[in-house]
Amino acid sequence: MNMTTAETMRPPGSIVIDIENITKNYVMGDETVHALRGVTLQIRRNEYLAIMGPSGSGKSTLMNMLGCLDTPSSGRYEFNGKNVAEMNDDELAAIRNREIGFVFQTFNLLPRSDSLRNVELPLIYAGIDPETRAERAAQTLIDVGLGDRMHHKPNELSGGQRQRVAVARALVNRPSIILADEPTGNLDSKTGEEIMALFESLYQRGNTIILITHERDIALHARRTVKLRDGLVESDQLSVGPEARAMAFT
Amino acid sequence: MQRFLYELTESWKIAVTQMRSNKTRSMLTALGVIIGIVAVTLMGTAIGGIQTGFDKSMAVFGDDVLYVEQWPWRQVDDWWNYRDRKKIKTEYAEPINRMIAATPNSNLVVAVPSSAFFRSVKHADNEVNNILVRGTVSDYIITSTFEFKEGRFFNDIESRDGANVCVVGYDVADALFPSESPLDKSVLINGQAFKVIGVISRQGTFLGLFSLDAIVVMPLPAFQKYFSAKSDSDILVKVKDKTRLADAKDELTGLMRRVRALPPEKKDDFSINEQQALKSTLDPIKNSIAVAGLFITGLSLFVGAIGIMNITFVSVKERTKEIGTRKALGARRRTILLQFLIESTALCLVGGLIGLSVAYVMCFGIGAAFPSFPIQFSLGLVLVSMLVSILTGLVSGFAPAWSASRLDPVTALRYE
Repeated sequence: MNMTTAETMRPPGSIVIDIENITKNYVMGDETVHALRGVTLQIRRNEYLAIMGPSGSGKSTLMNMLGCLDTPSSGRYEFNGKNVAEMNDDELAAIRNREIGFVFQTFNLLPRSDSLRNVELPLIYAGIDPETRAERAAQTLIDVGLGDRMHHKPNELSGGQRQRVAVARALVNRPSIILADEPTGNLDSKTGEEIMALFESLYQRGNTIILITHERDIALHARRTVKLRDGLVESDQLSVGPEARAMAFT
Repeated sequence: MQRFLYELTESWKIAVTQMRSNKTRSMLTALGVIIGIVAVTLMGTAIGGIQTGFDKSMAVFGDDVLYVEQWPWRQVDDWWNYRDRKKIKTEYAEPINRMIAATPNSNLVVAVPSSAFFRSVKHADNEVNNILVRGTVSDYIITSTFEFKEGRFFNDIESRDGANVCVVGYDVADALFPSESPLDKSVLINGQAFKVIGVISRQGTFLGLFSLDAIVVMPLPAFQKYFSAKSDSDILVKVKDKTRLADAKDELTGLMRRVRALPPEKKDDFSINEQQALKSTLDPIKNSIAVAGLFITGLSLFVGAIGIMNITFVSVKERTKEIGTRKALGARRRTILLQFLIESTALCLVGGLIGLSVAYVMCFGIGAAFPSFPIQFSLGLVLVSMLVSILTGLVSGFAPAWSASRLDPVTALRYE
């Protein structure tokens, strides 16, 4: 099977994220820090994008903007055609709940709740009834390969399993994008690869994935790489997936 | 609405988990509320008891009896206007009764004269001091709330003839006749012997101040024959319908003015007293005792509330990252606010329940140890103290919960 052909054949999806010339300034003491100096970016449905950059490049700030955790100081940000830049806290919370699935470097699972309840959490905030909630959370855990770990608490799981729970939690509300912030940063390289394989399969199933990382190896899994430097986009390149690369080496 | 409900149940679950995983801390914090609720509840029972005692004391006067006296039953600032009033005489009863009989549809039933003073009462070697000796007529029984332990009240004939008979209060009977029935025995008052024909059941004390059982009641002619000097007299008038007390009072005022032959321009030179007036004089005193008591015990609950507030602040600080995560997953400000409010409320509720149980047990203990101490544990009190606990939780949890809900998700997520 030739993946390269399949990749190029894929039609471009509709625009999910449309950012134009956004800036973000912080006031630290008497100084104003310009974390973003005017970033323009479009992300389409079913893209697999990596955002790279050294620390201080504005990578985290951009992630906070994309994840609707924060609003830009200036510029335009539309999420699925909705103007996010001027939303209030609760409207942003609703967007985060329905449209964005977060995967954190430190997993951020609730320590005293089992996998199932952790995965259920976004559904509670979405106002979904308990039966549907449990059903969907269980199904999502099965999808990430943790069907037998539903009633384990985070401290009874390995790092890789924890991150899988976190991925399931990100997926469970069927968001428009999955936003993963250094998802392998706290994992050994072998487990990291497993998680990246999981992302690859999610991508293959039609999910939109945005990866924030400073590791080149990890970024290579994506199909498009945006590099930031000093709060500006330095480069924005399409790349081939890992399978294609593997093909090229053989 | 649906969603709010889910958030609510979720918050309760979190609260329970949180308490379970921090048992010691939760218990210590709840202890403040427990002590506070115990104090407030016990105070509440005491106030309830005082109220009951007060009502019981007031009932002695009867709510359908008017008292014609020289002085009013209230504080007077112009005492000099009352001092020189003519004394009330027992003889007034007769013309008043005649006029009542002559009035069609009178609001009054009967006027009963009464004269009283304090004397010691003796039997054999036993003697009791400061006994209220009252001379009255047989109709007195219908104005009073007496019940008889044994024997009877004196009848019309004994009353009119001034027979040397008497009815004694429980305390008198108890002190003079510790091991026998006083019936048909004699008691000596000022060297004069009176035959005991009845013993009144225990009445208790008046507001805990003096015993209502230290009394002797005898026919008025006998009383006047032997002890005419230095007694205070009043007229008790029974009212037909206690809902028309004001009318009855007006009517009686008119009758008294006629008895005293007062010209229209002169003011009343007597007072007509009733239980209600006394109540309204004493109520403010009773109420301020209640308010002061609740305020002081409320302070301990306040200290408990500060403890809850403190621990909720700690909880918010500890779980800043969790708050960030929840916000990232779509928790709104309201959700977070609710979560911490319910945590503090759950803690207070647990404290309140424990406190209430402790108070309940203590009430029983106190009741068993000091039967005379007025204590009343009511369902209302339970509900109020539960409500107070919930309110304490909400009030003390609000500031920390509010600060949690306002956390910036980015900062919260980065918090280590």
